[in-house]
Amino acid sequence: MVKVGLIGAGKMGISHLSILGAHPNVEVVGVCDTSKIVLSALEKYSKFHCYTDYLKMLDKEKPEAVFVATPTKFHFEFVKELLSRNIHVFVEKPFCLTEDQGLELTSMATERNLINQVGYHNKFVGTFREVKKLVKSGAIGETTHFMGEAYGPVVTKKKEGTWRSNPAEGGGCLMDYASHVIDLINDILAPITASKGSIIKSIYSKMVDDAVYSLLELSDKTTGVLSVNWSDETYRKMSTSITIIGSKGKIISDANELKVYFKEEDCPEGYSKGWNVKYVTDLTDQVDFYLRGEEYSAQVDYFINAVTGKVPNSINNFQSAWLTDRAISIIKNQK
Amino acid sequence: MDRILYGDNQFFAVNHISDQKSMDQAIKFKNDEAIIRTLDYAIEAGINTFMCTTHDRIARICDVIRANPEKYKHFKIYPCMPYAHKYANAVTELGIQGTIKQYVPGNIFGTMFKGGMALVSKDYIKIMELLIDAEMKMFKGINTPVIFLQNVITDLLLGLGMVEFLKGFHDYIKIKYNAEPGFITMNMPKLLDTLESAGIKNPIICFSMNKVNFRMSGGKNLYEETLKTRKLRAVAMQVLGGGAIPPKEALEYVSKLPNVESILFGASSKANIDNTVSNIRNFDREKIA
Repeated sequence: MVKVGLIGAGKMGISHLSILGAHPNVEVVGVCDTSKIVLSALEKYSKFHCYTDYLKMLDKEKPEAVFVATPTKFHFEFVKELLSRNIHVFVEKPFCLTEDQGLELTSMATERNLINQVGYHNKFVGTFREVKKLVKSGAIGETTHFMGEAYGPVVTKKKEGTWRSNPAEGGGCLMDYASHVIDLINDILAPITASKGSIIKSIYSKMVDDAVYSLLELSDKTTGVLSVNWSDETYRKMSTSITIIGSKGKIISDANELKVYFKEEDCPEGYSKGWNVKYVTDLTDQVDFYLRGEEYSAQVDYFINAVTGKVPNSINNFQSAWLTDRAISIIKNQK
Repeated sequence: MDRILYGDNQFFAVNHISDQKSMDQAIKFKNDEAIIRTLDYAIEAGINTFMCTTHDRIARICDVIRANPEKYKHFKIYPCMPYAHKYANAVTELGIQGTIKQYVPGNIFGTMFKGGMALVSKDYIKIMELLIDAEMKMFKGINTPVIFLQNVITDLLLGLGMVEFLKGFHDYIKIKYNAEPGFITMNMPKLLDTLESAGIKNPIICFSMNKVNFRMSGGKNLYEETLKTRKLRAVAMQVLGGGAIPPKEALEYVSKLPNVESILFGASSKANIDNTVSNIRNFDREKIA
């Protein structure tokens, strides 16, 4: 049993808590939040020990691993404290507000040999994993163009918001929404190293951006487009997709459906010349407990398995999330 | 419960395997008339139960049903609450407290906020009851013999170990609505254990049941074993495994399982509705023979 604590019981935190609560190899030793309404509900109706001060939780419950799901502005301070106490860390995305902060935490975790993971759950989605496999194996040849997209109905009217609408706290479409797509591009293709022009727009929000469009260049000089808009109510929920055009074929994938076109007969096993369609149902492993999507449980399983030494700490580690933070600032500073 | 229940995913662009199909459905069912027409196809095929989320548009469908009492006199609705994306998007935008403020009706909650948290802390079950009432408003005057809690909430509470809310939902539905409470889940065996431990016997549970192990946490074998050996009123959903199994094969599998009381399916064309219904009826006859 891994003794796990949670800091931040908002939307993502509660979701992690439920998955952790059902996990056969996890003992949840403490939950910390500042919202009285959430905390008193947990105190009254769950068995979790609740805290308003995370340091007290750490002192008293001595967790081996902690999930941090607070607003982004707290990530640096909290994660640094956890690492200094030799605690393994899973932190929500985006990782940090600045590149320097992320770099410091990345080297600290590495030096101390602690498991470190960030919640970019798309990497645990079957279709996107298959896209990465196809690209890395060279199945579609050399990439000539890519397009990473995400659309959804988060802010569809003018309204006062939460921390997500405060740019100083890590809010906005670029940090909160586009980061998922950026992270996928970094992982499937190569890290983003330059922006050749970005449009960062507010549509309804007063303080932050609601849409981001950018021309990107990657470390291997591949170029492509990022197009993300969280004020698009024609989508029922967030829809993330990636299109990759290569010299030998083309991939169009979202979280549900993977479409691959091969120009020639020479293609990987299970595929043939012309269009191939695969569904996430064919590409997804069963999880022990399902809450909002297999990927949410799978990323928690992966982290717990890394803590117990069963898998390497290679997917979604701080290093990869730092590259995503860096790409965010590259895009932001280009506008 | 009827043997065949008609679901509503197709009306609200819920498609588990394709975002493109999801948009096509949103276009096809833009107008309420298109939904009503398709519901009528289902009724013509002999279906009398519509299992649907508490989506805003269902309120307008309910208006049509109320306005035509003769036509829909045998028609039942099994509401499934809440329509989760409404709340999920609100939580992202407003936070948890803001969301509760927005959706809990009346001044009671406002008063409680002002009155301090001590009062609130005692009344979470009451807040849930108020939310249930808000979701049920649109069904006034319509026959709703079974009322379901959606899987995202059932499973969230299951993982958190907040059994009192599951029990609270169960009891309130019985007392206030004189209806049978049901639970939708992706973790059926675990939920059944939990409900039984809370004293809920022979619960109505709606869960994924398909040949390909899709969204069946714990695995198909455990699900089949649970159906054979335990007491529950089972509603099988996602029988096509998200589209991974040919429909006829999928329906044969689920129709012939023991102890499945009802089969829930969704389809957006008359032909698919007719085919599904006749397939299930045929396999049921084979099973009896």
